[in-house]
Amino acid sequence: MEALDLARWQFGITTVYHFVLVPLTIGLSILVAIMQTAWVRTGKEKWLRLTKFYGKLLLINFALGVATGIVQEFQFGMNWSEYSRYVGDIFGAPLAMEALLAFFLESTFLGLWIFGWDRLSKKLHLMSVWLFAIGTNLSAYFILAANSWMQHPVGTEYNPETGRAEMTSILAVLTNNTTLVTFPHVISTAFLVAGGFVAGIAAYWLVKKVRANKDDADLPMYRTALRFGALVMLISGVGIIITGDIQAKLMFQQQPMKMAAAEGIIETEDGAAFSLFTIGNLAGDDPASVKHLITIPGLTSYLATGNFDDTVYGVEELQKQYAGVSDAADPVVPALPDYQLVDENGADVSGDLRPNLAVTYWSFRLMIGFAAFAAAVALLSFWFTRKGATPDKPWFSKLAVWSIAAPFIGASFGWIFTEMGRQPFIVAPNPSAMGDGVDMVYLLTKHGVSEAVSAWEVGLTMVVFTLIYAILGVFWFRLIRRYAQEGAPQVEYTEPTKDDDADKPLSFAY
Amino acid sequence: MDLATFWFILIGVLWTGYLVLEGFDFGVGMLMPFVGKTAKGKRVLINSIGPVWDGNEVWLLTAGGATFAAFPEWYATLFSGFYLPLFLILLALIVRAVAIEYRSKINDQQWRDRWDLAIMISSWIPSILWGVAFSNIVRGVPIDAEGTYVGGFFNLLNPFALLGGVVTLVLFLSHGAIYLALKTTGEVHARAEKWALNASIGAVVTGAVWALWMQLAYSNNTWTWGALVVAALGLIGAAYFSFAKRFGYAFIANVVAIAGAVTLIFGSLFPNVMPTTLADGMSLVVHGDGGIVAASSSYTLGVMTVVAVILTPIVLAYQAWTYWVFKRRLSEEHMPEHNELTFKTPAGLK
Ligand code: HDD
Ligand code: HEM
Ligand code: HEM
Repeated sequence: MEALDLARWQFGITTVYHFVLVPLTIGLSILVAIMQTAWVRTGKEKWLRLTKFYGKLLLINFALGVATGIVQEFQFGMNWSEYSRYVGDIFGAPLAMEALLAFFLESTFLGLWIFGWDRLSKKLHLMSVWLFAIGTNLSAYFILAANSWMQHPVGTEYNPETGRAEMTSILAVLTNNTTLVTFPHVISTAFLVAGGFVAGIAAYWLVKKVRANKDDADLPMYRTALRFGALVMLISGVGIIITGDIQAKLMFQQQPMKMAAAEGIIETEDGAAFSLFTIGNLAGDDPASVKHLITIPGLTSYLATGNFDDTVYGVEELQKQYAGVSDAADPVVPALPDYQLVDENGADVSGDLRPNLAVTYWSFRLMIGFAAFAAAVALLSFWFTRKGATPDKPWFSKLAVWSIAAPFIGASFGWIFTEMGRQPFIVAPNPSAMGDGVDMVYLLTKHGVSEAVSAWEVGLTMVVFTLIYAILGVFWFRLIRRYAQEGAPQVEYTEPTKDDDADKPLSFAY
Repeated sequence: MDLATFWFILIGVLWTGYLVLEGFDFGVGMLMPFVGKTAKGKRVLINSIGPVWDGNEVWLLTAGGATFAAFPEWYATLFSGFYLPLFLILLALIVRAVAIEYRSKINDQQWRDRWDLAIMISSWIPSILWGVAFSNIVRGVPIDAEGTYVGGFFNLLNPFALLGGVVTLVLFLSHGAIYLALKTTGEVHARAEKWALNASIGAVVTGAVWALWMQLAYSNNTWTWGALVVAALGLIGAAYFSFAKRFGYAFIANVVAIAGAVTLIFGSLFPNVMPTTLADGMSLVVHGDGGIVAASSSYTLGVMTVVAVILTPIVLAYQAWTYWVFKRRLSEEHMPEHNELTFKTPAGLK
């Protein structure tokens, strides 16, 4: 394999890994802050116990989230230095702002929260957990602004003298319409993940306790947690669908190739159908072999434009439009300068601007499928806890625990879909015809890779990062499982001490 | 002063913040078996940095992000060029973050011992490699006319750079020991005192050779003699105050030494950010036409200036407050009983 392929694999592996942990931190930090607020407000012990229980699980997750995030910060320079040279003028700004505004906030106030139970007043301590939670969510905003710029570059122009994209408006970069829909979509996803996590563990305990003793004193607490988690899942599920739909319509304008790939549309269709399955050769070499099964007529057109009859261009046609040889009446993508269907040696490169269709098509369906499954379990949880009832079916407990994984997997496929669907561009073109774009700012992934780094170096780091992540992942999993299996701890709140010289031992230490 | 120069200085400030803060928590990590020694002693060490270490590390992320935003060429050439050393640093930082947070999640001596070993090793590695990296930047490396590093890995292991690695190592040991002398009482404090004195003397000796070598062989500017003198006074001060057992002053002296050393490095570079050693290569420069201009456009630099000027004081304020909240000195007697879970699954669970 070449350095390029290895660098792509490395980026995919490390980033997907980072993002398995990230949504749980983002969602759970807010949920724990809400639990602690409920305790401070009501004084009910169950909320304090839940805060400590889920708080501990959050910390276990956060540690690995931080560790894997550090790699991300430097990976652009290490493996994608040509990309960094090209976009740094714009792309670096949100990254630096993320560190200054968000990472400092989350790391500092997390330290205060962990070690501050007996050093800060109740109010200050509660403020710490909120600032931490706000920090994690802010960090998502800035990094998504950076990522959205790669999907849809705005506030920029090409400077022929320096040969790079330069920023013309930070406001445009931070209020990119792509960011404004991606952020709520990804944050909703994070709440789906965290809600599922809270609900799944609570369901496990509820069933276990009720089977051992119908009058267990902990039942109301776990019941609250289950309903709380399920409620968060349902609200975020609705949020995901609404924002996802807006995103789809926007994407159809901004990256029609990704949309066509997501639906496996090879040839242009009017009133394109949505298919649940597709068989045949999605690599595109043999368009005739592609068969859509279980189709819903017109739905793809509807998703794209809000109209069941509209035309959805196929990947073949879009490819021609990029090359400037289309005879469509109203082409939707601009001709790229210098791009031809045949390269200088006469070789056919007409497939070059297509993403991997199979990956794009299936990851889109898996993204929705896994989350739909989780939402169904959330509904089931409501049914089982209606009118004060307590579920006691072992199969429900098993199902709830296993479904904890579903939103995590769905979210990962969401990213694989957006990122792989953008290929072969690392910075997708945003033609001036779009209104907010510039013709010259785009970059192919293969032109972004580092020149100073050899294939064996990238290969080495890829293998070692993957191994070390795998090992740390095992510890992460065992700790989460172990703490979840212990259940919510008994707690005793001690008022904070001001007395520093006392010989009294710390009430909490690592 | 133009914005590019301002950002060159600001990045120096961010690195100073990073080396001052993470410098002592690296030192504490390296000293685990020597100053910590006993099971309880090691716990004292971990808890002395527990609430703050992650906030310290964010100074590195900010320095990295700011370099990307303000000097994309520098970010690209440096991190793709110093690929393997940086990879080792990242590996150490990953393991270290997890080790510090996971060591006290399971109540089992073997579990803790293994993570403690990981904390120690992963504190040694970056302490050496940061010195190697900065020395190479000042010394110059082969960079071609495209701004691409063409030197390979072994080119980075030259005597000057290796000496630089020893300097940061000894300096962080001294810095960590002085921090511990300030933050602890009892037996741990006694051991930290000894290390503080020995390491700070070591830092004076190695630091002096390295700084003179840099000034004489590689500095672009004569005014950096001033920075050299400040750094030297700082190092000597740290040794003197460690001897006098006045660790508050010793700590401040080390901060002065680190600030002086970073000023010496950045001052020696200016107007380059990364000089080349190739005749037909190109240096990366802050501005001007002697090489590849590393800086971002003035619009971007202006935006980043506003952001940094507003946010940096706020960050400094709340971080300082954290240190105030956790100002209590720790000793072995303050460590509570372990109340973490063990890996043994509780009865009745499958
Ligand atoms: C949508 C959210 C999101 C996305 C897409 C990413 N991250 Fe992340 N990152 C977070 C959300 C987040 C977080 C929630 O703020 C984390 C996760 C767990 C944590 O501890 O903080 C975090 C941690 C984290 C850290 C450690 C911060 C610390 O020490 O406190 C760094 C340096 C990065 N990330 C950098 C990146 C980069 C360069 C990314 C792009 C490839 C990236 N992250 C993708
Ligand atoms: C955290 C969620 C994310 C996930 C799971 C993710 C996933 C992926 C995947 C799977 C690829 C590989 C695509 C391919 O090579 O075919 C990729 C590419 C890429 N992504 Fe993301 N991404 C995420 C967020 C981001 C963000 C926030 C940025 C920018 C700030 C980013 C920048 C890139 C870059 C530069 C590439 C190009 C490298 C490549 O093609 O492999 N990604 N990403
Ligand atoms: C489990 C988590 C997720 C669920 C349930 C989910 C669900 C959805 C839904 C229902 C749609 C609307 C489909 C339509 O109307 O066409 C959608 C669209 C989209 N989602 Fe997600 N999503 C999840 C995570 C993500 C993530 C993490 C990303 C990465 C940024 C992402 C990127 C997208 C994009 C780009 C679209 C528009 C593309 C299209 O519809 O063809 N999703 N998602």
